[in-house]
Amino acid sequence: MQGYYPLFTAIPLAATFIGLLLSKIGKRMADVVAFLATAILAVMSVLMLFESPFMYKVGGWLPPWGIMLAFDGLSAVLLVVINVISFLAIIFSLKYMTTYTAKPKYYGLFLLMIAGMNGVVITGDLFNLYVFLEIASIASYALVGFGCEREELEASFKYLILGGIASTAVLFGIAFLYSITGSLNMPDVAQQLELVGITRAVAFVIALFIMGFGLKASAVPFHAWLPDAHPSAPAPISAMLSGVLIKALGVYAIMRMMFHVIGRNELVASIMMFLGALSMVVAGLLAIGQDDFKRMLAYSSISQMGYVLIGLGLALNPNVATTVAALALIGAIFHLVNHAVFKSLLFLCSGSVEYRTGTRDLGKLGGLIRKMPVTGATCSIGSLAIAGIPPFNGFWSKLIIIIALIQGGYMIYGTIAVVVGFLTLVYFIKLQREALFGPLPEKLEGVREAPFAMTLPLVILAALCVALGIAYPLVDRQLLYAAQEAILDKVAFMNLLMGG
Amino acid sequence: MVNLPDEVGDPTKGMTSIVKTIVRFVLGIVIMFGAYIVLYGHLTPGGGFAGGVILACGYITLTLAFGRELALRKMGDTAASILDNSGALAFLVIGFLGFTGGYFFLNFIDHGQTFRLFSAGIIPLCNIAIAFKVTSSLFAIFMALSIFGRFMSRLVEEEE
Repeated sequence: MQGYYPLFTAIPLAATFIGLLLSKIGKRMADVVAFLATAILAVMSVLMLFESPFMYKVGGWLPPWGIMLAFDGLSAVLLVVINVISFLAIIFSLKYMTTYTAKPKYYGLFLLMIAGMNGVVITGDLFNLYVFLEIASIASYALVGFGCEREELEASFKYLILGGIASTAVLFGIAFLYSITGSLNMPDVAQQLELVGITRAVAFVIALFIMGFGLKASAVPFHAWLPDAHPSAPAPISAMLSGVLIKALGVYAIMRMMFHVIGRNELVASIMMFLGALSMVVAGLLAIGQDDFKRMLAYSSISQMGYVLIGLGLALNPNVATTVAALALIGAIFHLVNHAVFKSLLFLCSGSVEYRTGTRDLGKLGGLIRKMPVTGATCSIGSLAIAGIPPFNGFWSKLIIIIALIQGGYMIYGTIAVVVGFLTLVYFIKLQREALFGPLPEKLEGVREAPFAMTLPLVILAALCVALGIAYPLVDRQLLYAAQEAILDKVAFMNLLMGG
Repeated sequence: MVNLPDEVGDPTKGMTSIVKTIVRFVLGIVIMFGAYIVLYGHLTPGGGFAGGVILACGYITLTLAFGRELALRKMGDTAASILDNSGALAFLVIGFLGFTGGYFFLNFIDHGQTFRLFSAGIIPLCNIAIAFKVTSSLFAIFMALSIFGRFMSRLVEEEE
């Protein structure tokens, strides 16, 4: 598979243009192309799990001059998350997007977004990372405003402005790093920075990256765009944005930069932990008051990403024992994977509810579990998983993060994590009671279950919620241990430069 | 002088005849210059993007002087879309062909003699592909903005 590593961006890009060209011939061609491309990518990403770390030289150019693609455990986890979720979202779109016009353009943008996210994850070059970040972001701005209603366009515009600011901050950070080290190749920059140490210029770069990637990851002081943008998009896109995009562009980029390029640092660690705790509490409290199905899920995304950030922050601290750091990291990455699964499940559920009832207002819904048993049951599984009820996957990841926090001596943060877990349960019970249980409004008497193409991804994702929870010890060994080893060891990443 | 259809002389469309006459003279030179920048991209400053922008400017000049209808007849939205996608696809195919030598985007064609027009392997081909993409995209964006602008001004008129 090593020789085909660039295909992760090349296939979705090719599918974008081929799909748009073939859509002039037949109406369903764009569906077929998007389905096939994402199916191939999903299979490839799963196969990549069995690869050992390597480096790929694009065009045969030697690093640090040419563009280098890097593969390690962290890339492997993210590739699986991106490509499997996007495949399921495409299956969901086949039926769901019939309510919109210009379906080929939708698939084009969707595939461009996948190309961008895969690119961010596979690249080992700083400027390349920025380019792919922009490809994914610009595609997502357009997808948020895809419905072209007043509110959607407003949300898209807000997202565009804030996303633009974030991208500028990232670009400035990269420019500063280039001026300090004279290189854009990540392992090379990491080596140079070992000699330079944390000077004032490097500290400024860190600040720019936390702002830029923090905004993409929607940590709380930078979160203003997300509660508008995610609900406005079509449901499969909301699932992609909340489930995958904020992780690939935000959390993954922060991880790569902080662990591998700049190196673990106590100050950054405490900032990340603070941002994580703030996100968890503020967004958790705001979620309780929401009446819109998708808006509540959007706030919940910010809150859950807080768990990931707090775990990463703990792992970033070089003064914490390695075992605790590793535990925190496993928790953070496992929660990242889990959140991708149950949040995309919940957003797709909201999509199928909206498809049949025409509303997302929790006040107008109720009793749907009797009319839509599959959607209702999967939605319940997703809610229980995200609220951290055993034996679902969310329980394990939250438990590991809390144990790591307490072992690391962060009692207050640990307590906050427990309390926010309870808050999550509160607003998901509210969601369950108002949408799925209780009396069925008269208007919704005629509601039927969503079509098969829409319930299939729901069932798969719900099964994943259960499977990841039950098979946790296996998953731990196979997948997360590799990522943890790859991440905590900066030297291993720098050695990729020699190895390729 | 560029040969344009008779109805172009219709004084109600586009700008005055002074502008139209000058555009007739200039257009050929603009397009030739754009093509030159694209084809010599690997030897002199410029390349697919810069040359593509110049080519698109040629079309935009045509639109400004003679009105939208004529420009759309020269390159309609379907044609622009097909050209746009094929340009991007051609670029990607060149990248894929690099796999024949083992690497994505490998410069697999003989590099030739330095500073000759037929040299530098795949780079001139990439430039041409990019030029198609950039020309048609910029033209499509310009058209979309101009149609949107007219739509908005009509909306404002109706409100008044």
